[in-house]
Amino acid sequence: MSGGDSGDMKPEDFPEVTPGTERDATDPATDITGGNRLPADPEQLQPEVVGVRHGMFGVQGTGDTSGYGGLVRPVVMPGGTPRPYGGWFDDVADALVGACERAGVATGPGGAVEKVVVHRGELTLFVRRTDLLRVARLLRDEERLRFEMCLGVSGVHYPDDAGRELHAVYHLLSMTHNRRIRLEVTCPDADPHIPSVVAVYPTNDWHERETYDFFGVVFDGHPALTRIEMPDDWPGHPQRKDYPLGGIPVEYKGATIPPPDTRRSYS
Amino acid sequence: MTTTHDPYAPSGEPSADRVFTVTGQDWDSVVQGISDYVDDTDGDSNDDHVVVNMGPQHPSTHGVLRLILEIEGETVTEARCGIGYLHTGIEKNMEFRTWVQGVTFCTRMDYLSPFYNEATYSFGVERLLGIEDDIPEKAQVMRVLLMELNRISSHLVCIATGGMEIGALTVMTIGFREREMVLDLFELITGLRMNHAFIRPGGVAQDMPPGALDQIRDFIALMKKRLPEYAALCNANPIFKGRLENVGHLDLAGCMALGITGPVLRSTGFAWDLRKTQPYSGYQDYDFEVQTWDTSDAYGRFRIRLNEMWESLKIVEQAADRLAGLEGAPVMVADKKIAWPSQLAVGSDGMGNSLDHIRHIMGESMEALIHHFKLVTEGFRVPAGQAYVPIESPRGELGAHVVSDGGTRPYRVHFRDPSFTNLQATSVMSEGGMLADVIVAIASIDPVMGGVDR
Repeated sequence: MSGGDSGDMKPEDFPEVTPGTERDATDPATDITGGNRLPADPEQLQPEVVGVRHGMFGVQGTGDTSGYGGLVRPVVMPGGTPRPYGGWFDDVADALVGACERAGVATGPGGAVEKVVVHRGELTLFVRRTDLLRVARLLRDEERLRFEMCLGVSGVHYPDDAGRELHAVYHLLSMTHNRRIRLEVTCPDADPHIPSVVAVYPTNDWHERETYDFFGVVFDGHPALTRIEMPDDWPGHPQRKDYPLGGIPVEYKGATIPPPDTRRSYS
Repeated sequence: MTTTHDPYAPSGEPSADRVFTVTGQDWDSVVQGISDYVDDTDGDSNDDHVVVNMGPQHPSTHGVLRLILEIEGETVTEARCGIGYLHTGIEKNMEFRTWVQGVTFCTRMDYLSPFYNEATYSFGVERLLGIEDDIPEKAQVMRVLLMELNRISSHLVCIATGGMEIGALTVMTIGFREREMVLDLFELITGLRMNHAFIRPGGVAQDMPPGALDQIRDFIALMKKRLPEYAALCNANPIFKGRLENVGHLDLAGCMALGITGPVLRSTGFAWDLRKTQPYSGYQDYDFEVQTWDTSDAYGRFRIRLNEMWESLKIVEQAADRLAGLEGAPVMVADKKIAWPSQLAVGSDGMGNSLDHIRHIMGESMEALIHHFKLVTEGFRVPAGQAYVPIESPRGELGAHVVSDGGTRPYRVHFRDPSFTNLQATSVMSEGGMLADVIVAIASIDPVMGGVDR
């Protein structure tokens, strides 16, 4: 297999859809999806605020005399995208919705797919954690989907995103159709549990151990969820944002250079 | 040394069983100790099992890899990997540096294919910046040239160390001999043999130095003579084939389930190569073939690597021809808010900012000085979002999941390193086989622990 027809279809070939500008997905008159309710919740079309940025030069208190110290800006991640997503993205969405309906997985508001984001030519499906395993199985087995390979899971920690602090990001590849999508699953810090997809994608065995090791996400159902990179008795989960980088000041040519996490940072 | 005390048990936990520490003494003493022990316990069936800890410091485990093998006689019944001995927190560190400085860190991950680490990270940042189409042609061609030279040097190390581990020392010495020539080219082009930080978001750090193309052509001519020597030495060598054939078997279904990519996947006959299927950096414009084999074993992987070096030579040759026609073309994106403000030059005290640039910012333009200062200390901002642009590294699919929150530093970068994923195949490749074949199976995966542990 060397590409084939679908291989020539790249997401970049299609105009990028700016969230909320193309059409109003909540208006049934313009809903071309014919009852496919995948991204219907208007709240999900808003850009997602995951944090707040204060100041400009990373100086707290009275040190900043530039006048930028009072600057307050939200950290905004791309919001949900309404239909049409463009190119084969709609094909994948239709196939997934159809498969979900046959399998009895709800896809409407509050259903399995919380949000769909098309950004920079990449498709991201935000999947509710309770439905992750079933959605993953459909994505792998359904003929029109066939995402037979998973490229592992990557954790991201958004400490200011209340109730959704920990994200697990899965990259899926369909070699049959030569397509890639991304699944994103969130869980609150207070209840860091996400079902393990090792039963569907055995390759995620080590990847989930790594995400557990570094972020403290507990993958329920993993055959042996132990630390993989850090020593077994290591306290804490090093790649969380509240875990310090560490380091000591270093003297160089008479001057003292502070460790990287205490240097001035441009927020 | 035999001890009833178990030094591997966690503190406070009882010893699991008797421990034999092998440190180069007479092997018979270990065998005798074990057989005495079995006699002591009246041949209780549980005691037939011997758990062998191999590594992390062992010449045949391909770096600081620890293997925990359960054996019955010489047959491996269970094989598990212990990793993490080379974890350096590169991903965490990158969150505390600017986007450009990130290249300096990630190049050190998989130290045998540094250009691939830099490239996949740079592609991700470029996608988030929305400048994928603005990268100058010369930068793209130079990236391809360096990556393919790197594929040759990486495959040479794989074949060399793999040969060494089965006792073929000549393969090792000639492999490193040729790799050294590739590293000389890297040193000429980037200034460093390893850890180049040369491919950067927006392009590459520097233009080709004078005379580089001639040296590349000399190298190609030499390799065309040397590669057949590898084939003549190994391909039909009965000992080599005896050790490699039907060892480390993993079929296509196994590869798909375990997420295995690269030569291991292609040894099942499936021609999956991202350079062809999802081209990047202009690979669709080069003439080369995806190499496959149909034996799904270590020998097939060896042949694939050997053939891939030929294909890489073809690509290097084409890239060099293109570079000859691109003299003086830009190698960095034109956007001055992203491109590094100065070009480097070699001065009396080594490499640094070019004197012309220093004269400009220190003597001519205050604005240029401010611009230089801001870009170097603060760096550029990358719009919020996430990107994943995988590439075909010598070991398989290498990708960087790059997340930006709109700041001057990466919010999170996670590398999907093929060595990490492929090493999971150790169990299925070696269980049920002979102890000596574990080494061959792992060598055929070609894991690089710097990439596994990051």
